[in-house]
Amino acid sequence: MKILVAVKRVIDFNVRIRVLPDGSGVETDNVKMSMNPFDEIAVEEAIRLKEAGTASEVIAVSIGPARCQETIRTALAFGCDRGIHVETDQPPEPLAVAKLLAGVVAAEDPGLVILGKQAIDDDCNQTGQMLAALLGWPQGTFASELVIGDGVFDVTREIDGGLETISVNAPAVVTTDLRLNEPRYPSLPGIMKAKRKPIEARTPADYGIDVTPRLETVSVAEPPPRPPGRMLDSAAELVNILREEKGVL
Amino acid sequence: MKSSDGMRPDPSPDGDPWADIRDGVRKLCARFPGSYWQVLDRDRMYPEAFVAALTEAGYLACLIPEKYGGAGLPVAAAVAVLEEIHRSGGNGAACHAQMYMMGALLRHGSEAQKQRYLPDVAAGKLRLQAFGVTEPNAGSDTLGLQTRADRDGDSYVINGQKIWTSRAEHSDLMLLLARTAPADSVAKRTDGLSLFLVDMAEALQAGLTIRPIRTMLNHATTEVFFKDLRIPSTARIGEDGKGFRYILDGMNAERILVAAECIGDARFFIDRAVAYAGERVVFGRPIGQNQGVQFPIARAYAETEAADLMVQRAARRFDSALSCGPESNMAKLLAADASWHAAECCLQTHGGFGFAEEYDIERKFRETRLYQVAPVSTNLILGYIGQHVLGLPRSY
Repeated sequence: MKILVAVKRVIDFNVRIRVLPDGSGVETDNVKMSMNPFDEIAVEEAIRLKEAGTASEVIAVSIGPARCQETIRTALAFGCDRGIHVETDQPPEPLAVAKLLAGVVAAEDPGLVILGKQAIDDDCNQTGQMLAALLGWPQGTFASELVIGDGVFDVTREIDGGLETISVNAPAVVTTDLRLNEPRYPSLPGIMKAKRKPIEARTPADYGIDVTPRLETVSVAEPPPRPPGRMLDSAAELVNILREEKGVL
Repeated sequence: MKSSDGMRPDPSPDGDPWADIRDGVRKLCARFPGSYWQVLDRDRMYPEAFVAALTEAGYLACLIPEKYGGAGLPVAAAVAVLEEIHRSGGNGAACHAQMYMMGALLRHGSEAQKQRYLPDVAAGKLRLQAFGVTEPNAGSDTLGLQTRADRDGDSYVINGQKIWTSRAEHSDLMLLLARTAPADSVAKRTDGLSLFLVDMAEALQAGLTIRPIRTMLNHATTEVFFKDLRIPSTARIGEDGKGFRYILDGMNAERILVAAECIGDARFFIDRAVAYAGERVVFGRPIGQNQGVQFPIARAYAETEAADLMVQRAARRFDSALSCGPESNMAKLLAADASWHAAECCLQTHGGFGFAEEYDIERKFRETRLYQVAPVSTNLILGYIGQHVLGLPRSY
């Protein structure tokens, strides 16, 4: 079974985000970029399936500007076999990404597509679901456990109030939640081997997809600054403030 | 506490050939946070788990040629690895010698010796990270060393003492420099010393004693004693009497790599100082708004960037097989000064909190202070530049 993993290049999770002065987006110049952490979990899961002999090949695909190739190289350093880069000027919207991924699926015929449940930059949480719909495949989202059976995948999902386990027929789309696994760090031999693994260069036109944005960003703003805290001397004072000033008691 | 506000230029800009290695090392180091190092420091323990992770991920074998199981990368790659370890708040001194000490074996050992040891060193099965050179009466004056290796048939018999032998308790093999001919009997001053590869496990049964020395930092340093230790003559690397020359090019690599650790330390201190100065509010404004706080950080940053250029230059020359004595020494001098100044300004910026162990700053402060002294002291470097670069009269 081939596994396709989608990896997105996002601002590193450690970076303090700054909104551009004109409110059109966030600062990305000279900002450290990394693989979306949920996608690292997707890569890790796919590689474990390959190491277990369940998967025959793991393909990492990224969609976006030229430097997305670095993100693919990272996936290759973790152990993916090869990469596909669909180059666009800007990272496209989830629907365009899902359409492009559907095109890659048609060309590669994987038995399983694993994606992060969402990207930490726009938090859309849409691509996996849209891709499943476009392919007409079942989906197992927010996976915290994935068990590969005979033509069936058991996906344990994190839902409000507990866990839900569903069985989906292969082929299927799975999106990863935080607790599915703990991704490894790349080894030096892995990094060296990644430099020699192939990355196929593609464009949206190869798949006949129009990536023109359909959404308009009206404004991007910083969260309001948090008002400073107050040190109180006693619980009695706290109760008094909650009752008299805040009116919550 | 944050390690960085992330908005200064990415330290791995476009075109850094080691950006992926830096990233990999950062990810590994993220598993070993300050709390890990704090406990080790308190108990003076060796960072076994960290060294095992680094070994398993292959980073310590980066300089060993591919045919012996390493990655075959240039010194510039090892610079990136060690800098990132130190920038993360960790300490590569526990294992950096595993990277470069094999250089003497690689360049001057026989093919049989290389085949026997290098693959196991690359795999981390053998630790080759103890260097028996310094003696109580021969520190910077290496040629004055007195430990003897007397030829006896197919063996050498070692007698003497070494001090400040780092990691001796955590090494399987020691590179040992000992006198095989009296100083007054050799034609050239630099002759008469020979280099040996000592099997530590065997030697500990046969005349080698290791005594740890507690110091102001967690550095696993020791003194070692040799009493009639018999080693086979096949343990000698290269020719009899030529050992001093064999260790010289290794010293340049060591200086470049220690300089890289200093750059990492300096960047750690600057990251922390900037973050704290930006968020600590006193008298109604962040303390970083005060020039008395801000300017020392800015100066430390400028010094660090300049020193880094020298480190890169020295590494480039080393990797191009050009002479790099002056550059390696200057890199070490400038980088150690940059890290020390950054340490001082970071501690001062943090005020009382800098002295609290949980901030990691006092620990890193003690650790980076070492590099004013080891592996070569600042005055020795100045003497080298004065005499060998500028042609001034020999001062010692």
